[in-house]
Amino acid sequence: MEQKPTVLPKRTELHMARSMCWHCQSEVTGEYFCEQCVKVQPLSKELDYFTCLGLPRLLNIDLEALEAKFYTLSRSFHPDFYHNKTDSEQAISLGNSALLNIAYRTLKDPIQRAEYLLKLEAGSAKDIRTSPPADLFEEILALQEDLEEYRQAAPSQNQAALEPLKAKLASDREQLEQRQREMELRLADLFNAWDLLHAQAESAPVDDRLRKERETILKGLRELLSNRTYLRNIITDLVAVMA
Amino acid sequence: MARILGIDLGTTNSLIAYMDGKTPRVIAGKQGRAMVPSVVAMTDNGLIVGDPAKEHLVRNPERTIYSVKRFMGKSLADVSDELKYFPYKLHEQGGVIRIQVGEKTYSPPQISAMILKELKLRAEAHLGEDVRGVVITVPAYFNDSQRQATKDAGMIAGLDVLRIINEPTAASLAYGLQQKTQGTIAVYDLGGGTFDISILKLKQGIFEVLATNGNTHLGGDDFDRTIIDLLLHEIRAESGLDLSQYADQMQALRLEAERVKIRLSDDVKTQATIELPEGKGTFRREMTREQLEALVSDLIERTLSPCRLALKDAGLQPSQIDEVVLVGGSTRMPLVRQRVQDLFGKVPHCELNPDEVVALGAAVQADILSGGTQDMLLLDVTPLSLGIETMGGVMSPLIRRNTTIPTSAKEMFTTYVDGQTSVDIHILQGERELAKDNRSLARFQLKVPPLPAGVPRVEVQFLIDANGILNVTAKDVRTNQTQSIEVKPSHGLTDDEVERMIGESFKFAAEDLKARQLIEARTEAEAIRKATEKALGLGGHLIGPEETRAIRASLESLTAASAGEDHRAVRARIADVEKTTHHLAEVLMDTSLKEALQNKKLEELP
Ligand SMILES: Nc1ncnc2c1ncn2[C@@H]1O[C@H](COP(=O)(O)OP(=O)(O)OP(=O)(O)O)[C@@H](O)[C@H]1O
Ligand SMILES: [Mg+2]
Repeated sequence: MEQKPTVLPKRTELHMARSMCWHCQSEVTGEYFCEQCVKVQPLSKELDYFTCLGLPRLLNIDLEALEAKFYTLSRSFHPDFYHNKTDSEQAISLGNSALLNIAYRTLKDPIQRAEYLLKLEAGSAKDIRTSPPADLFEEILALQEDLEEYRQAAPSQNQAALEPLKAKLASDREQLEQRQREMELRLADLFNAWDLLHAQAESAPVDDRLRKERETILKGLRELLSNRTYLRNIITDLVAVMA
Repeated sequence: MARILGIDLGTTNSLIAYMDGKTPRVIAGKQGRAMVPSVVAMTDNGLIVGDPAKEHLVRNPERTIYSVKRFMGKSLADVSDELKYFPYKLHEQGGVIRIQVGEKTYSPPQISAMILKELKLRAEAHLGEDVRGVVITVPAYFNDSQRQATKDAGMIAGLDVLRIINEPTAASLAYGLQQKTQGTIAVYDLGGGTFDISILKLKQGIFEVLATNGNTHLGGDDFDRTIIDLLLHEIRAESGLDLSQYADQMQALRLEAERVKIRLSDDVKTQATIELPEGKGTFRREMTREQLEALVSDLIERTLSPCRLALKDAGLQPSQIDEVVLVGGSTRMPLVRQRVQDLFGKVPHCELNPDEVVALGAAVQADILSGGTQDMLLLDVTPLSLGIETMGGVMSPLIRRNTTIPTSAKEMFTTYVDGQTSVDIHILQGERELAKDNRSLARFQLKVPPLPAGVPRVEVQFLIDANGILNVTAKDVRTNQTQSIEVKPSHGLTDDEVERMIGESFKFAAEDLKARQLIEARTEAEAIRKATEKALGLGGHLIGPEETRAIRASLESLTAASAGEDHRAVRARIADVEKTTHHLAEVLMDTSLKEALQNKKLEELP
């Protein structure tokens, strides 16, 4: 699905890509149902997840409100309630429910939400990182040496001789997890920065400064997200080896 | 709108339920039992299902099919290690298990259809109307092939399967309806053949499944087998007999093992008694609950890691579960309850009858579909990740496990060679990295126009519907034309086969009905004969010798009619016995009433 990046939306409007009811051909003014014939309308394929769930494109989300909206829309769209309806309506209900479920899952999780926002705003999703991020280089190198040593020693040696190595790996893990926590904090900062920018763009004309700021935040997000994934994989590996 | 019913098609027992106003009710048979044992006997007199078929397990082991649910959507290789426990012959055709009974072979959906038909007839008799639309439950951890096989079974039985829902979630509907609970609940369902754990959030009438896990090959049957193996071993040591060579004795042993297990849920010790063949007498052994627990402890342990995985996927700690609900007959075992309690750190609920709660929930879901219940909505998940095989035999996931259904994923396909006209796609389900370690669901061929490599663009949509069943559609992006795809299931019946089986099932329906009416009449005749003998014993001295003779005579004609093949004759004789014993019954009633009154007076004395 191709998504058009917005140049900082002035306000989130609910734009359905259609304007005519598929059933009675009257102009659709209602949100999800035709006001003339009360038939359910298909959600546009271009509809982004934020719009689908009636949310502005912010990174801090009120999860309670998100859930409430999801439940309300589920009651509107779920196939259970279209059992006695026509085939066309059943097909729409199925498609809308599927889109809604995916939208909700994506936005509920902060990381998936941020990744999705990046895709919307900057075109592509995350980079897949294969080499360690610069500021983690030393730690990762040290860890890899320790891990290698442990892998070679573990099958042959007795448990007592392994203890110092184990302790070292445990402290490596501790350090990495500390870095992970730092990353979460920085991520939270970026979330706030994005939302603040969003608010500024709503109340003032979008100028070069805002545009530049937007680029910086998105770049920061992208980098942080890929570093985070990298680090998480390393820790998962470490835990697996030690188990 | 026609009424829709709910069916729990279990490994051991099946039930049918309906919504009576705002209350779901299971439908009992003539004997007052709601559970229909999932047993089908192919006798010389035709097909028998349920309680009467159970008697044939020992008498007629090669022709009596039980636990067929274990074979639904499976290949022979999937069940190879348990073949020795089944007296009937299995083979495979087109990736689907076939059960050999005499000259004929049946697929598992056909056998299941016989059970479904029995339930359908029972409901029709009770409600006095035709039954077509049903909701059928399946274990939450059932994969696509197993779900599809269940749907096929419904079609073969002449039913309209409007929805397949998961057993633990069905249970939660019945439970939520009654308790009006809000919060997070875990449903632990251990039945005869399958284990499921589902974690749900209940809020304002929405039942949102957060995660599910399980094992579709773990249940009470497996507990029984540990006892069977132990006794087989001891019998061999003691008498030199290998009981596994005797199909009928094996069935007797299996039933005794199950009874021993069930008794040990209430008692701390019991005795196993097995008649041995070849004049070797009787084998007796005392068994304690502790011994049983030692045998099944590992099996119970195997239910706990799915629980932990489900918790992890739901992002919850055990302490964050507000309530634990137990479902399935095997949760009556004290050790099961103990382990569940230890894991979640709270006493599990078991107020609802664990045998009926799934069928009741299915009836609630049926009522939601027919528009009766409007405030409840179930949002379930797909239990297994869905993906396709990519280069190098790797599984590339498209839809992750525990995604809320309905859901969909799109994938774009193109060609690698100039002029290539088709692309082969292999659909998989499972959590493993390599394609070969996952469940093969189906294969299909995508047609592409002959163009230079990389130019064609065909978009394939994988959609999992509210039944948890996969639907595949394809569209040529350049021409915007949709393409119909013929998906060949790896372990399922083809559409043609299902069609044929539906036809056959109608052909046999008439014969089956006659056989069934005869069996029912005979069963009733036997019951009335016993009751009359008893009445004669109790009150024979209260009536004249002439009357006694008349009763005896009517009983004899009843026995004679029962030996024949005409159910109407049997019915006529039953009516005759009832008429002849009318006076005796009155006399007995009078005396017992008097006695009861006397007793009452005695009790009321200060
Ligand atoms: N009191 C008891 N103690 C131990 N086990 C019991 C008891 N009562 C029933 N069972 C066992 O429960 C199982 C049947 O349970 P249930 O009827 O819930 O299964 P099912 O619904 O047919 O199977 P499934 O859900 O796995 O398809 C049998 O294995 C039976 O032996
Ligand atoms: Mg069950």
